[in-house]
Amino acid sequence: MASIEMKNIVKKYGDGFPAVNDVSLDIADGEFMILVGPSGCGKSTLLRMIVGLEDITSGDMVIGGTRVNDKAPRDRNLSMVFQNYALYPHMSVYENIAFPLRLSKTPDDQVDRLVKEAADVLELHEHLDRKPANLSGGQRQRVAMGRAIVRQAEAFLFDEPLSNLDAKLRGQMRTEIARLQRRLGITTVYVTHDQTEAMTLGDRVCVLRKGSIQQVASPRELYEQPVNLFVAGFIGSPPMNFLPATVQGSTLQTPFGPIELDERRAAAVAGRDLLLVGIRPEYFEDASLVDEAKKHVGTTFTAKVDVTEWLGDQQYAYIPYEAPDQIRTRLRDLSKELDSEELRTQAIVSIDSTSRIREGREAEFWLDTRKVHVFDPETGENLTRDAEAGAELTRMAVEDREEQVAEASGGLTGDRSSGAA
Amino acid sequence: MRFLFRPPADEATALLTLPWEQPLEEWDPDLLLHVPQRGISRHVVRFVAAEGSVFALKEIAEPLARKEYALLGEFAEEGLPAVSVLGICVDRPGGQEALLVTRYLEYSMSYRHLFSSPRSQHSTSQLLDTMVVLLVRLHLAGVFWGDCSLSNTLFRPDADGLTAYLVDAETVERRPVLSAGMRRHDVDLARERVGAELLDLQFGELLSPDVDPITVADALPGRYEALWDAVTREEVFRRDEQRYRVAERLAWINELGFDAGEVELVHTPEGARLRVQTRVAEPGQHRRELFRLTGLEVQENQARRLLNDLRSYRAWLEQEGGRPVPETVAGHRWMAEVYLPVVQAVPRHLAGRLAPAQLFHEVLEHRWFLSEQAGRDVGTTAALESYLSSELPRLPADMTTPAVLAGGADGAPDR
Repeated sequence: MASIEMKNIVKKYGDGFPAVNDVSLDIADGEFMILVGPSGCGKSTLLRMIVGLEDITSGDMVIGGTRVNDKAPRDRNLSMVFQNYALYPHMSVYENIAFPLRLSKTPDDQVDRLVKEAADVLELHEHLDRKPANLSGGQRQRVAMGRAIVRQAEAFLFDEPLSNLDAKLRGQMRTEIARLQRRLGITTVYVTHDQTEAMTLGDRVCVLRKGSIQQVASPRELYEQPVNLFVAGFIGSPPMNFLPATVQGSTLQTPFGPIELDERRAAAVAGRDLLLVGIRPEYFEDASLVDEAKKHVGTTFTAKVDVTEWLGDQQYAYIPYEAPDQIRTRLRDLSKELDSEELRTQAIVSIDSTSRIREGREAEFWLDTRKVHVFDPETGENLTRDAEAGAELTRMAVEDREEQVAEASGGLTGDRSSGAA
Repeated sequence: MRFLFRPPADEATALLTLPWEQPLEEWDPDLLLHVPQRGISRHVVRFVAAEGSVFALKEIAEPLARKEYALLGEFAEEGLPAVSVLGICVDRPGGQEALLVTRYLEYSMSYRHLFSSPRSQHSTSQLLDTMVVLLVRLHLAGVFWGDCSLSNTLFRPDADGLTAYLVDAETVERRPVLSAGMRRHDVDLARERVGAELLDLQFGELLSPDVDPITVADALPGRYEALWDAVTREEVFRRDEQRYRVAERLAWINELGFDAGEVELVHTPEGARLRVQTRVAEPGQHRRELFRLTGLEVQENQARRLLNDLRSYRAWLEQEGGRPVPETVAGHRWMAEVYLPVVQAVPRHLAGRLAPAQLFHEVLEHRWFLSEQAGRDVGTTAALESYLSSELPRLPADMTTPAVLAGGADGAPDR
């Protein structure tokens, strides 16, 4: 296993357009790193430069302390998982996992040890003598993972592995991959365009836009302390709402009434003209359901509800709002960039599923103002980001991971000599 | 539901009555054609016959189906050796996956057949070379296969050799030029898959005992690199050598089964630098010539063989008649008096084991063999009789091409 360091990586194609522009990223040994972003952000190109499929225009790609820019894919000893998940019908599950070792003429006792270790991790032990035809969909995928494991690669790489699976198998596989990575503690780079996958799988997530890194942080930091409008709009489903706002002293004037800012945030936006205030759907609530004791940390406003969506365990209300042309244009551009249909000038607010708020009527809402962020509409910068609080969230995630990796390596070196004898 | 296909696709209309709304696995077996196991597929694949033609249907996620449909269409236009796509069916009810429909490659053989029959006339080495030619051709065209395997390749006899065809383009990526890394990765994947597929045959006791899976797989990268280098390398030589060196290089490229598209010769202080742009399409000079003279569509090596026979027939006609015979007249007469009598002489129970042009080639080979034994030319009629009674019946019945099994094209046209 190894760390992966990228230093000022640039990828330019024939036309001179930088598909990846000056990316520097350190992936720690054992870390699960997600590369995420809308199509064209450069995430796949970056992964392919790690694997060796794309030439690197400039910069250094360092794997396990060795610069690999000029190494052939095979010599980098990385494993693209699921790239070959053909199962061979005449071979047992054991041989289906073992064949990469057979092809490299690995001695039998070593093959046996590696296959059995992999089968333990994947809980395929009872199935080793069976033929693959008798396996379930999930078990088949695990055999493919077994092949990757026995190769003893420096890292696992996944390129949108779940994009062509049906919803059920996708969910199942997401869990499998997460569990496996934690148990093996192997460095993993995973490319996806799906922010839900990114948030649920990664220790850290690297958000890319037009070939440049926007932010690298734990899922929680990205969610709570995004650096800019792009990250804020990309992470979270339903997405963050952006309302136009003007500032007067420590108060933001918004279509949903005034929002009072604390001292730190007020100072950060002082003297600004037109702003965008970002509010996550779950910061809202049906005012009639909010505990009186809590009301003072937010504000209450009345608005007309366009549509409600009741989903059983949760409920959403859609509230249109007015915005100046400048803001409309900005939000439309952002939507387009995020491949999103949403982010129009209507707020999506999450309300308790027991709420009786009705469509087409005025209703009273409460808004928790403690965590709202304020963005510069021109540069997209998050003016109120608390970098320290964000770093603390990522620090906690890193600690969790280190603990898990330590446990995993303790567990895996356990001797299987009884099986190999 | 929506059907997408590119005209001309008259056959497509005959397929419209099939139960596209049902999962492929649940289709009435009476609608399907049983085709012996062709290889390993991740997807549900079935075969149907309509109006004498056979089609393969594959159930696959819609974005992949659309991509594969577009790519196979491009490949056909560019003359790359790949199966021909008819169309796709998307928006099937209940959120089902799309169906991709390709034309069955008649008279093709799967690796299972080729590697498991001990008395196969094709050596393992020849098979491997055929596959490497396909991979180099694809790479020259900027195609990263991503899944080059024996299961995804079909082989068709072409006179003394074989031609390989790409069957599955699901994982293909197309670039203006492939990086060395992409090519190498493709070759590594091919090596691993070929090795695994042969090991699988070995475990199933289907592999000829003289084939070692690991040796075969390990030979693939070296052969690939050698061929890639031969068709792409730049050469520098002295100016006074340039005439014969260029000719030599072009002849060598032709020998390898490729055509030169453009030749660039740059004079530099070190000498003449030669860069040859190798054409990706299958060579077609003989094919086109034979088609012009006879209307027959066959493969390149078969065409070369048939043209040789046609030309010697023309010479004989001229000698007999004592006057020149125009080539088009010779073409018609050769068809009627030589070619058709041979290919139409195949008894019904042996039909479809070889493509007509291949059968004709085999009969000519057989004639040469008999003549050598006899010390005189035995003639085509005697060779044909002997071939039909002693040689053709030895080819396994499971080689019969599906279109003939389906009862459609009797002595199906070469296509």
